[in-house]
Amino acid sequence: MSTTQAVTAGTVTHSLRRSGVDIAGMVFSAALILSLLFTLAVLAILIGDQLGRGLPVIAERGTDFLTSTLSSRTENAGILQGIIGTAMLALMVSLLAFPIGILTAVYLEEYAPPTKLTRIIDVNVRNLAGVPSVVYGLLGLAAFVGLFAALGVGNGRNILTGGLTLAVLILPLVIITSAEAIRAVPNAIREAGYGIGASRWQVVRKLVLPSAAPGILTGTVLALSRALGETAPLILAGAVLGSFSTGGSAVDLFTGPYTALPIISFDWARKPQDEFRALTSAAILALLAVTLMANAFAIFLRNRYDRKW
Amino acid sequence: MTAAAPTGSRLQGTAARRRNEGAVKAVLLGAAFVTVLISVGIVLSLIFQAFAFLASIDLSELFDAGWFPRRGMFSIPTVLAGSLLVTAIAMAISAPIGLASAIYLSEYAQPRTRKIVKPVLEILAGIPSVVLGFFALTFINPVLIQGLFPDAKGATLLAAGLGVGILTIPLVASVSEDAMQAVPRALREASYGLGAKRITTSLRVVFPAAISGIVAALILAASRAIGETMVVALAAGATGGSLFTVNPLGPGQTLTGAMASLAAGSDNVTGNSSAFLSLFFLGFLLFLITFGLNLVGDIFVRRTRQQY
Repeated sequence: MSTTQAVTAGTVTHSLRRSGVDIAGMVFSAALILSLLFTLAVLAILIGDQLGRGLPVIAERGTDFLTSTLSSRTENAGILQGIIGTAMLALMVSLLAFPIGILTAVYLEEYAPPTKLTRIIDVNVRNLAGVPSVVYGLLGLAAFVGLFAALGVGNGRNILTGGLTLAVLILPLVIITSAEAIRAVPNAIREAGYGIGASRWQVVRKLVLPSAAPGILTGTVLALSRALGETAPLILAGAVLGSFSTGGSAVDLFTGPYTALPIISFDWARKPQDEFRALTSAAILALLAVTLMANAFAIFLRNRYDRKW
Repeated sequence: MTAAAPTGSRLQGTAARRRNEGAVKAVLLGAAFVTVLISVGIVLSLIFQAFAFLASIDLSELFDAGWFPRRGMFSIPTVLAGSLLVTAIAMAISAPIGLASAIYLSEYAQPRTRKIVKPVLEILAGIPSVVLGFFALTFINPVLIQGLFPDAKGATLLAAGLGVGILTIPLVASVSEDAMQAVPRALREASYGLGAKRITTSLRVVFPAAISGIVAALILAASRAIGETMVVALAAGATGGSLFTVNPLGPGQTLTGAMASLAAGSDNVTGNSSAFLSLFFLGFLLFLITFGLNLVGDIFVRRTRQQY
């Protein structure tokens, strides 16, 4: 009598686990991990390289490096004007791009009728997001420099031009991320509002925007970080490469020559002397402190308020 | 008599409320219209000066032996070849590494690993391009490239390409990971149910199902790479100009690099000289190229959304 083998848990496990070693699978997953490690290693080397060269400068000069103005003499060159410029740019970008961007997102998500005009605006925003930043610099050069020069604000190459250019540059980004956050708010919340007789704007202001606020905030902070790291558009829109001295008055801050942290980094990076290499790394550390802190804040916000409806 | 039945006009609320709502809507539409104005502004500011440039030169100068704007040599093939070379090198780095990272994060990683690795990729995405340019100039070129190829002296297009490649890794990884995450679980479970291994499921089931999004990721990355300026401006050398070259181990000029060096030495390139106007012609070319790539990329992105 032939015996059939009893089916036990052991035989099932055995047949599910293949006999032999899965070499292809192991090689593949090793390759995947390696490519991820490559990226992490690049990031570590990049930041380590800047720290190694820049920290000695900061240790030696201390706050003097942050509070000195630009100079062609390496021993007393500092980044004060860059810090002021970057702070002013951040303020202008926030004041211009955030309200216009969020209002546009509200329009596209909550108000826009499904017409051809809406589709044009929508497609247009997504195309603008893909336009290289250097092209926005040309817009700044052709439109904003000319505008401010015609208005008699210095020669037009001032921080107002730079701020407008960067605001226009990140506007599509603000719109897209805010629209995504608004879209994620479930319809039940809106219907509850309409159900108790709220008007459309009341629903948006009292219900939709507060619910979408964390997502909108994350997107806008990321966009701000992107703006503060941009160099090319500012070079075209008239930021000063090299040293300059600012006149004492507050008006000069707006109408006179300007620079920003990425511009100083670029300008010093082009200089061949070794001392400027170290200064460049120190300036880059200051720039990274600004942009990475903004990024980390945005990531933190998202993880903290990440909600699934 | 019974009370009047509610009519359409009563449901719309009082006149004051309607006026209010109308005003809000007008303000919002105005904000949305700003984006249209920006596009019109970009196109107008590029197109007029680009044509002014073409009118100011002898068209044969567009096919000179090199790009030397101050000497009236405006060779477009030179800067296009440089841009294509840098983009090709960049994609050779970011496509495999970005896709591998995406497959790992989407199909292999434990949730805890994802939670740590994704923010790190986002931090890399947040590094300003001028920093990567400096890194390419002071590390990739002298340490890596001259270590491997002792013949390469000075700045190289290869270093610029590698720098741009690093910059586009997070873009490829995040867009293609999103595409893979959008593949329904049922497909994976069916594959595992048939006894397929993880590698087979990843490469034969998930990857093909997500192919539209993956292609979109690569196209968008290429568009980003062509438009990347600061890495090229710092690491590719050739600030004064360049002869036509396709040698990755030498300096060269790209569309964006040429624009940056024209603008960075801008004190004597102002007014309406041909060199100054060439800035806008290059910008117009760049705009057309990236516009085309983004349109194609967008078509692929939409296709992913519709599939499931």
